[in-house]
Amino acid sequence: MRNALQGSIGIVARNGETALAADLSNLPLLIDGLTVSYGEKPAIFSIDASFAAGRMIAIVGPNGAGKSTLIKAALGIVPRLSGTVRVFGQPIEQVRGRMAYVPQRASVDWDFPARVVDVVMMGLYRTLGFLRFAGTKERSTALACLDRVGMADFAERQIGQLSGGQQQRVFLARALAQDADLYLLDEPLAGVDAATERTIMDVLKSLKTEGRTVICVHHDLSTVERYFDDVLLINVRKIAEGPVASTFTDRNLQKTYGGRLAGAHIEQLRLPVE
Amino acid sequence: MGADFVQFSLTPMLIGTLAALACALPGNFLLLRRQALIGDAISHVVLPGIVVAFLITGTVAAWPMMLGASLAAIVAVLLIETIKRLGRIDAGAAMGVVFTAMFAGGVLLLEQSDTSSVHLDVEHALYGNLESLIWLEAEGWGSLFDWAALSQMPPQVVRLAVVLGVVAGFIFVFWNALKISTFDEGFALSLGIRARLLGFGLVVVTAIAAVAAFDAVGSIIVIAMFICPPAAARLMTDDLGRQVAWSAAFALASAVFGYVFAGYGPLWFGAAGSVSAAGMIATVSGLILATACLFGPKRKRIGAAREA
Repeated sequence: MRNALQGSIGIVARNGETALAADLSNLPLLIDGLTVSYGEKPAIFSIDASFAAGRMIAIVGPNGAGKSTLIKAALGIVPRLSGTVRVFGQPIEQVRGRMAYVPQRASVDWDFPARVVDVVMMGLYRTLGFLRFAGTKERSTALACLDRVGMADFAERQIGQLSGGQQQRVFLARALAQDADLYLLDEPLAGVDAATERTIMDVLKSLKTEGRTVICVHHDLSTVERYFDDVLLINVRKIAEGPVASTFTDRNLQKTYGGRLAGAHIEQLRLPVE
Repeated sequence: MGADFVQFSLTPMLIGTLAALACALPGNFLLLRRQALIGDAISHVVLPGIVVAFLITGTVAAWPMMLGASLAAIVAVLLIETIKRLGRIDAGAAMGVVFTAMFAGGVLLLEQSDTSSVHLDVEHALYGNLESLIWLEAEGWGSLFDWAALSQMPPQVVRLAVVLGVVAGFIFVFWNALKISTFDEGFALSLGIRARLLGFGLVVVTAIAAVAAFDAVGSIIVIAMFICPPAAARLMTDDLGRQVAWSAAFALASAVFGYVFAGYGPLWFGAAGSVSAAGMIATVSGLILATACLFGPKRKRIGAAREA
């Protein structure tokens, strides 16, 4: 990516600013030299990556590789130590309305006093504006989003009464309510039942069909080839990125998992879990 | 309920109610953010602030006291944040260290300094002085429409009314953002909500409520009102808006019934005199919480149902 970027900057120098706009502004997400650190050790180090429009992209790597940190930094949730993030060619702050985020299910307290429909309406915050409270219009939008994830019947349930898979679907419905062009999801399939996994993948595919970009932190190596178009392999540093067919190779996996996986292991991980 | 009531009971009751409401409203969010202890911490750390303000100015006038208390609250909040960050420890532990140390420092200062000429002692700090906040100029209900008499009301009434307005206004204006950032801070940040600033704002509003209430009613009510009404309210409903409404109702009930029981309760049992109003208001709020724990409709831990 770095070479491509420098190439495009070269074009700019020769042809003026329009070339840059044409080359990079279409990219839903462009990361350059991104480093994030929580303590002395960086969580991710100098990562360059570009994410193309209308694709399903998996971010894959071992535990502690900085997968969640990468998308949090891309959303501006955690501060960057260095590097730049451009979303549709602009700084994050100017395009927040075009990004949607699905955090890890376990990151919130599900005992919070709210019903399912309340949580989905949180996705409409930016359209509500100042000193306006959700009304019938917001409610019907939220119900439509719940319907897309098969949770319409649960709208009035207290969120703590849901199963893990149902909670995950509610989070996805909240992101749908955001009506974004770029979806960033943190392990949306972690610990969910098979039916939920199917529903979530159907919804994500429909988002892709609508021309939106979907980026998932993904932990299950056996489903990467089936679910995703592109893959970004990281382990603090970037290992490889590109189409799944050419990038998701044993060699790259070996590098990503740093010898912790023998060849046979990798074969096993890539087999579907029965 | 005639002139006597207006003269001796109306203003303490009103002040108790305003203080209870001002603490209970932000208490809802503190409770859900697992920061309920911060109200406790702030109401303790104001003591050294008040003593230092007294040592500097030599008076117990309201404004120097409030200023000293506010400064101490800010110092405490910054200290808690610093210890939390540098020591990478739990917020509760950082609070525990800061507020016990600062309260102890305040007690020592108070003991060592000559405050015998004024009404400033540990007892006052704990129980406040609710019963003394009477309205001598009142001659009956008509005095409520008499400007001359109104202007002689204890100044705590207006002060706490303003503080309650600030607290309620903050919660109303930032309702959506507060709700989202309390439930899911990461998501709030991704929406562009300045969640950390908002969290700091909540602590500042809490400090304002704690300091104003402390000045009028002492720290016992403050500590109880930040926690008991919101905790009881949480057991009544699964809706944040309704929880806030319930907490206000419980705060109001605690203040009114607590004051009445303190004044007349001992007489009902044949004893003479009365008990501390502040202590009784806090006790009533505790009883309300206990009742909600036993009979509240949402008292079941919701997580338990999920595992079953």
